Amino acid sequence: MSDPEIVFERVSKSFPRADGGSSLDAVRDLSFSIARGELVAILGKTGCGKSTTFNLISGLLRPSSGRVRVQGHDPFVEFDWFRGKIGIVFQHDRLMPWRTAIDNVALGLELNKVAREARLDIAANWLARLGLKGHEHDYPHALSGGMRQRVSIARAFAGRPDILLCDEPFAALDEHTGNALRDEFRELLRETGATGIFITHSIEEALRLGGRLIVFERPARIAYEARSLAGMSDAERDAVRAGIRQVLAADPA
Amino acid sequence: MTAISAHRLRLFGWDIRPEGIYALVALAVVWQIISLFAPNFLFPSVPQIAVRFVEIFSSWKTAFDAAATALRILAGLAGAFVLGSILAILMARSDSLERYAYPLLNFNQGIPALSWVVISIIWFRGIEFRIFFIMVMTTLPAFTFQVLDAYRSMSKDLFEMTLAFRPSRYDLFRTLVWPTVLPGILTAWKVNLGNASRVVVVAELVGATGGVGYELLQQQQIFDMAGAIAWTIVLVVFVLGAQAVISAIEAHALRYRAAAERAL
Repeated sequence: MSDPEIVFERVSKSFPRADGGSSLDAVRDLSFSIARGELVAILGKTGCGKSTTFNLISGLLRPSSGRVRVQGHDPFVEFDWFRGKIGIVFQHDRLMPWRTAIDNVALGLELNKVAREARLDIAANWLARLGLKGHEHDYPHALSGGMRQRVSIARAFAGRPDILLCDEPFAALDEHTGNALRDEFRELLRETGATGIFITHSIEEALRLGGRLIVFERPARIAYEARSLAGMSDAERDAVRAGIRQVLAADPA
Repeated sequence: MTAISAHRLRLFGWDIRPEGIYALVALAVVWQIISLFAPNFLFPSVPQIAVRFVEIFSSWKTAFDAAATALRILAGLAGAFVLGSILAILMARSDSLERYAYPLLNFNQGIPALSWVVISIIWFRGIEFRIFFIMVMTTLPAFTFQVLDAYRSMSKDLFEMTLAFRPSRYDLFRTLVWPTVLPGILTAWKVNLGNASRVVVVAELVGATGGVGYELLQQQQIFDMAGAIAWTIVLVVFVLGAQAVISAIEAHALRYRAAAERAL
């Protein structure tokens, strides 16, 4: 296995409660590491701290205790060091409504000071790859939900990030569109060699991605782990499926 | 002039509802009919008013007066906009500043424009600064509140998404904050333009030696109703023109917005 790309060492994160009561633990004493180029699905029930973990990796949150390292750097403290290195696909597309599809895709490149002509070329190529040729100059309101999510995937990949974080990106889409995009996403990850972290609450989605699988129980502790789902037989997958169900059933709602 | 739809006309590049033109023509016709029966000093004829209107732009002195008022309105609004935007952003970033500034701005909103006219005449000697001060003090709260509201309406989702790309402060402002607050700013300009045109006339009426307000005072002193209406029309034309420019900017800048086919 290559060097770890992401390392969590005994990380906890708590949030103050609105009523001033004791703080809410979203992540408690979490440790794991993810190797460069690895695809990891993080699975768990709603409210188990998946998104908090996601935000800790992306540097949008500071851990209450413990240490988060991404490529050897602290993503919260050394926030600017990660410019262009992390791409994110959110659950909802989060497109800027005032930007056309191509300008939305080019946003990260623009912020990374790539020349206008070059970034529009790159953005147009990514839109074409994701089946959106001819929609470059459409505003988000003119696109369907699936098309908008494709634009947001193109936006995340356009900067060729080292790490791609995905927070339930296909949860709001119909099954057919979700499956198609998931396959495309996996293929793109393989092509670009980026490390992929995919947060989901769907067992089937996690299995379909075919990488490593981590199951969280509240508050964000690893309750189950399975490596290299891609090489598993159907029987082994069924065993993983059963193991995940058992863990999730034990986690109180 | 070309018809572009059953309900709109295009005139010198602007889309205009014909109903507006019909209403103005009807008003002119009614006025003209009344002028046939009423004393001339109360209801001068429409052609007399039109002649006085043209005369205003035929003389350098009066044309300069009209332009001075327009510039005072624009300068006052620009000053209030800049100060109001800075204040709004500081208030958005500091809760304690907001707790002090908000009641002061509300208090300011209760002060009549005429009070500011009197205060500025007592405080300041320069005519232009007096008028600028009055304009800023009367339009500052509305600009501040509008920009503050627009800033607060910024989507947390879009903020986090943009932040994930690690933008510089300037890039964050350019790519996210500015497009978010722009609709609120344009609305603030439209609302304040009408207020400013009323306030500037009062300020000029009392404390200036030129401008539409000063000219209106002259017409009142010589009992020239045609002149008074012509000068009023000058101001109205300026306000409508400025609003048309803002609407054109709005139509271009907010062209991304989806339009629902069915209205409420």
